[in-house]
Amino acid sequence: METLLSIIFIYIFVDNFVLHRFFGICPFLGVSRKMETAVGMSMAVIFVMTMATMVTWLLNSFVLVRYGLEYLQIVTFILVIASLVQLVETVLRKISPTLYQGLGIFLPLITTNCAVFAVTLLAVRMEFSFVEAIVFAVAASVGFSLALVIMAGIRERMEMAKIPDVLEGSAVTLITAGILSIAFLGFQGMLSL
Amino acid sequence: MLIVYAILALGLVGLLFGLGLAVAAKVFYVETDPRVDAVKEAVPGANCGACGYAGCVKFAEAVVSGEAEPGDCIPGGEETVAEIARILGKEVSMSASPIATVFCIGDNYRAADNFIYHGVQDCAVAENFNGGHKTCTYGCLGLGNCVRVCPFDAIRMGTHGLPVVDEEKCTGCGLCVTECPRDIIKLLPAGQQGHLVLCTSQDRGKTVSKACEVGCIACKACVKACPQEAIEMDGKLAVIDLEKCDDCGICAEKCPPDTIYQRGSIPTEADAEAAAAEKEKEEATA
Repeated sequence: METLLSIIFIYIFVDNFVLHRFFGICPFLGVSRKMETAVGMSMAVIFVMTMATMVTWLLNSFVLVRYGLEYLQIVTFILVIASLVQLVETVLRKISPTLYQGLGIFLPLITTNCAVFAVTLLAVRMEFSFVEAIVFAVAASVGFSLALVIMAGIRERMEMAKIPDVLEGSAVTLITAGILSIAFLGFQGMLSL
Repeated sequence: MLIVYAILALGLVGLLFGLGLAVAAKVFYVETDPRVDAVKEAVPGANCGACGYAGCVKFAEAVVSGEAEPGDCIPGGEETVAEIARILGKEVSMSASPIATVFCIGDNYRAADNFIYHGVQDCAVAENFNGGHKTCTYGCLGLGNCVRVCPFDAIRMGTHGLPVVDEEKCTGCGLCVTECPRDIIKLLPAGQQGHLVLCTSQDRGKTVSKACEVGCIACKACVKACPQEAIEMDGKLAVIDLEKCDDCGICAEKCPPDTIYQRGSIPTEADAEAAAAEKEKEEATA
């Protein structure tokens, strides 16, 4: 229990995927313009990361490790994530059109998201148990969502602010992301596994 | 041997996923009306929302289900509406696309300011800050909310501090009309001729003439002069009925502050600058 709680805390705050490990910077900058899209993307990422980690963990333990094919981890995991996202999209469209409308455009984006891939790979490299791996995936994706939502909140406010011409657009966004990352540095060393 | 295993393992996993996806695609197949896609292709795709639906896709669905009419897509214009009607085999019911017109000519040179505004560059925010920086509480604040909301790039902010509508690009979607916090922009039927009172001020004449050189002072000179009796007073503002107006131009001649202009010759930034330069010259000689 204690391990699970520390995994949750570590991967939301201390070892935040976006702000400390710099995974998933592309959606972090891409869809953080509006709170609405940021929340949509966050939900999609939480969903896909958890699903992907479950499938890859099982595949890794029962197929790859058993037959000594660990060196195929990277390529198989990419395959799993890509087809999983496709599958989720098809199924979602049929059984829950509303959820599909909400997540719709974000799902294909996640196929090529390095944060999702990193979670699946790390879950195996860290030698987590199945339950630990799932908790890790949820915590990591919640950490990603936290960063995304904070960023969206800041950027919505910046829309209203007067920003010097030279800094407008990507420049000020990157600077903000940097400062945010420095702020999260404060969690460093609070807890480790 | 190692390579063979690797190829076999990956190949099998790939095959498995591929089959899974193929099965899923069949099992979870969602039937979509091909007409929805056809309509989606036909509309401009700017997601402007002028039809009252959230985006062009929703509109396409609504049209196909009979909820909306092809003519509801105002930005599409005649061609699009005809195309949608052809896809659905429907009769065309065309509503002529109107054009946005800015009912204020109180530019930077001719309308007075109460104070210099340095806040958030947004008309709605400025409006709420002490009633706006312009002395006239009806005139254009010139911070360009209409420019930013226009999905067709049809409005730009002129150097004289008033928005300029590009009539070629304007589709009459009406987003700027709802966006303007002072309700200065109105939609007028395209192609119709006539004269316009380019002011929305309901203030008394004295207040208006202090705030703006070209505002309607409610003197009723135009109402009396109009041979067609097309001009009526709406409170403290003269309004011309375009249906009755025969474009004779007598009202424009009689108007003391020069508020009335013919449609199509609404003062541009060049006119505003020329007028400002002339006034400066006069002041210099005086």
